[in-house]
Amino acid sequence: MKLALGPLLYYWPRQQVFDFYEAIAHAPVDIVYLGETVCARRHELRVQDWADIAKKLAAAGKQAILGTQTLIESESDLKTLRRVTEETDFPIEANDMGAVRLLSAEQRPPSTGLRTGFIAGPFLNIFNAATLNMMARLGAVRWVMPLEMSAAALADLQAARPAGLETEVFAYGRMPLAFSARCFTARRFNLQKDDCQFKCLEFPDGLLIRTREGEEFLTLNGIQTQSSKVYNLIGEVDAMRDLGVDILRISPQSQHTQALLDFFRQRIDGTLDADAARNGMATLGLAEPCNGFWHGKAGLEQIAAQAAAR
Amino acid sequence: MLSNKPFELVCPAGALPALKAAVDNGADCVYTGLKDNTNARNFTGLNFDDAQLREGIRYAHDRRVKVLLALNTYPQTATWGRWTAAVDKAADFGVDAIILADPGLMEYAKTKHPQLRLHLSVQGSATSYEAINFYHEQFGIQRAVLPRVLAMPQVEHVVQNTPVEIEVFGFGGLCVMVEGRCALSAYVTGDSPNTVGVCSPGKAVRYEQTPEGMETRLNGVLIDRFAEGEKTGYPTLCKGRFEVNDETYYAIEEPTSLNTLELLPKLMDIGVKAIKIEGRQRSPAYVAQVTKVWREAIDSALRNRAGYAVREAWMAELNKVSEGSMHTLGAYYRPWK
Repeated sequence: MKLALGPLLYYWPRQQVFDFYEAIAHAPVDIVYLGETVCARRHELRVQDWADIAKKLAAAGKQAILGTQTLIESESDLKTLRRVTEETDFPIEANDMGAVRLLSAEQRPPSTGLRTGFIAGPFLNIFNAATLNMMARLGAVRWVMPLEMSAAALADLQAARPAGLETEVFAYGRMPLAFSARCFTARRFNLQKDDCQFKCLEFPDGLLIRTREGEEFLTLNGIQTQSSKVYNLIGEVDAMRDLGVDILRISPQSQHTQALLDFFRQRIDGTLDADAARNGMATLGLAEPCNGFWHGKAGLEQIAAQAAAR
Repeated sequence: MLSNKPFELVCPAGALPALKAAVDNGADCVYTGLKDNTNARNFTGLNFDDAQLREGIRYAHDRRVKVLLALNTYPQTATWGRWTAAVDKAADFGVDAIILADPGLMEYAKTKHPQLRLHLSVQGSATSYEAINFYHEQFGIQRAVLPRVLAMPQVEHVVQNTPVEIEVFGFGGLCVMVEGRCALSAYVTGDSPNTVGVCSPGKAVRYEQTPEGMETRLNGVLIDRFAEGEKTGYPTLCKGRFEVNDETYYAIEEPTSLNTLELLPKLMDIGVKAIKIEGRQRSPAYVAQVTKVWREAIDSALRNRAGYAVREAWMAELNKVSEGSMHTLGAYYRPWK
């Protein structure tokens, strides 16, 4: 199994992003997803900056991938989308069907010299074999399981998976649960999205929503709404291996990303058992974990190791 | 063959009485669902069994009204046959189009029933013409329902760049999230719009009178609390009051509904083909009233677009059925974002 770092979902100052990936170049991770996938207004880095980081990571032996914006609204969004999908030096992760169209083998036959293999991202809603096979036919070389999908549903899909198609699972991080035209971070400050004053820069891990009795509930990340709990499948690494999962995705956090990659790396390599990894992670002071989706339950639930054991 | 109207009013038919109410009050199309998780309004007591669907189609077709069948959840591998059987049934019963979200199912429909008209559901999350044209090229979809995220000029831009007819939501419940890209209900309750066809399901709801007020919970999570005299709302999880940085407010969206009556001539001008009324879960009386008002408004705009004005009587009728709740133009009005 390989380890991937997902795209940075938050908005960090330019230098912080460069520093972060400078360190990632030396981290025990095989694949790094890059690019602004959440909000078109975020411009600390442009596509060219992301491509530059991708080149450095590739030089350091990582597979660097550029991701497309998930919610496309305007022609300007489409312009950026085309700028990314026309990138020929790196594979592209398609995060909406517009990107799939632009990246599909039909649109860019091998004779054009453009690379055809793309990654079908986690928001394409690939829930069944027919859709998965179609993605492979269109040129997908890897797909990312929808976050809400269970292990049981994945098992059925793995059994029907076309040859040569890699499977990736979001295995750690606050879950991106929803996208909207509205910016909820701007709304918190009574600002409109078009004049958001880039408030997201102040919240390197998003803005916490609590219920009226103080329970942590969700995380506002601009137009994206995330869970407040972190999805953590560190206890399910063996189960994922048994299902033929090829890649585990860790979502970048402002703190401890390296340590998290280390824990997952050691679990993949078999040098640390699940209990030790869980205990080690518990010392980092991370948000409460959950793993309900994997076990076919409400996403916010945490199924204990004993109960989850087969 | 049913006539093709220049601008269609697409009304919700949660069950046979609502279907008849919509047809009798001027709908051009009604949209329906089967009694299972193949559609995004999988609610107890709602939807059509075979006999009801046949009767509904007969009733509508006799009055030159089209019937659409929503099969707009995402089939799972293990239960794939339920969705393909539903597609076969739609073709067999003679519905005028099926409304789909899943690409695999579209491919099945296109291959097995090439004559069956396909509409792309709002659950397909297609917000750009590139995405819509993907479904057109791959499956020959003839209409797409836009997610409730685009501003008016963006809707116009989509219309100008696709051969696919565009249908937009005009009235009713408002999803603030992109449809098909929201797992909030799955996160809190385990029941997902994408796979189960429900959001914030009734079985997960609890109302509880406490010293602090009436509390509404979803699978134990406090969605809102209402002081005495405040009207208690249903705990749709994105429409509760929450705390962010010590401020308590509707952090995601107010309990409001969409009303675009005033935008109607503009929607016609920019080439939108159909307007959809949300609410298959609503009563036949609601469907009758809303359909009647929208029929009048559309006819008025078709007669004289320049002279069109929203009549007070229409708003009064609509406010009656939405129980005086707030209305919004949603994303069509850019500052909403």
